[in-house]
Amino acid sequence: MLIVTQASELSTQAEVSDEIAAASKAYEAGDRGDAQPLLDYPPYRSSVLRHPTKDLHHTDPETIERWAPCFGPQDVSPLEADLTIQHSGEPIGERITVAGRVVDGDGRPVAHQLVEIWQANAGGRYIHKRDQHPAPLDPNFTGAGRLITAADGSYSFQTIKPGPYPWKNHRNAWRPAHIHFSLFGTDFTQRLVTQMYFPGDPLFALDPIYQSITDADARARLVATYDHDLTTPEWSTGYRWDIVLTGSHRTWLEDEA
Amino acid sequence: MSTLMPTPGQTVGPFFHYGLPYEGGAELVPAGHPDAIRLHGTVLDGAGDPVPDSLIEIWQADPEGRIVQAPGSLHRDGWTFTGWGRAATDAAGRYSFTTVLPGAAEGDAPFFAVTVFARGLLDRLFSRAYVPEHPALHDDALLTSLPEDRRGTLIASSDASGLVFDIRLQGEGETVFLTFPDNGRLQA
Ligand SMILES: [Fe+3]
Repeated sequence: MLIVTQASELSTQAEVSDEIAAASKAYEAGDRGDAQPLLDYPPYRSSVLRHPTKDLHHTDPETIERWAPCFGPQDVSPLEADLTIQHSGEPIGERITVAGRVVDGDGRPVAHQLVEIWQANAGGRYIHKRDQHPAPLDPNFTGAGRLITAADGSYSFQTIKPGPYPWKNHRNAWRPAHIHFSLFGTDFTQRLVTQMYFPGDPLFALDPIYQSITDADARARLVATYDHDLTTPEWSTGYRWDIVLTGSHRTWLEDEA
Repeated sequence: MSTLMPTPGQTVGPFFHYGLPYEGGAELVPAGHPDAIRLHGTVLDGAGDPVPDSLIEIWQADPEGRIVQAPGSLHRDGWTFTGWGRAATDAAGRYSFTTVLPGAAEGDAPFFAVTVFARGLLDRLFSRAYVPEHPALHDDALLTSLPEDRRGTLIASSDASGLVFDIRLQGEGETVFLTFPDNGRLQA
């Protein structure tokens, strides 16, 4: 078989699943883990040489870190929130609305701030030149969008439900379907890049990137909910996903808070 | 203290190049600007190999130490300094910004706030690139709280075009990465 050479270097899903289970057990035993992914998570092979070995250094933010870059109407066209209209034809796949609110750790809306997304197409293929998955490219779908949040922190994208895709972490590794999200808060320290997942994905248990968050409640915060109120008749289904950034360190003026 | 639990981070992955980098992202000022300097470096992994699929962002004050709140970072107009930039590393793991030296409030050591993202890095990392040879470096709160042999990882060095700041994710000379209160990580 053609995959023999590769298979000899790559772990099996069973081996990776055992490692995931061991890390999860260590977390439940209280060894380590928190509300964020472990940076040192060997089941995700690429993390082995790319995680800091020293503890992150605790420090208080200085002035510049208590502010964030600012984006405005010149930066983003309202049309960029609709990933289904970037080409002359209709993209293939299930049209969805992905909407929610961005708030900080105290529940304050993150208003007028940049949100960027990128994703695979319905077949699980990225337009990226490094993506060699032999699923078809969709000439009517690029898979990148952005917007500025409203005054109440709300956002709404129109897109296509992405497919799961294979990757080379281990033999026959598949990522659960996801949309990559990039977010800014009011403070530089709130910067977040993450991934939104779809409810009930059978690949969750097998995926070392998702499982690198050892706390089950924290992991669940990355999963959107199906929301029938976000659907459009005869057109699209809808998912709601609210995002909480970490706490803000700014001294808020009364009229801002 | 925050009342809501934060949404966890996840790796930026290998396919961010058509989602995040954009034209002019690494030029906080045009290269012809009279005060333009280059801030550049290489991102390295634990084996000392370059990391070609990482993304660096910087956020800084202007030369007078003012924090700029001007929009336009995604649509550079060639005149407005917004203080923010984004650069992906190239095939050799190098990144490069065209910018100006940050200033700081009276008596403080000026630095570029830095965020590092990469495939293989499960959550973003924060760091600082301090302007070298500044008198305030000697009593900076962060630098003096670090062991002497690690301080240098946060101080850029000078070259002919500006400043060099290499980022070592792991191993010998590992860069100091920061966490702030309320970042959702348990206190050690
Ligand atoms: Fe992805």
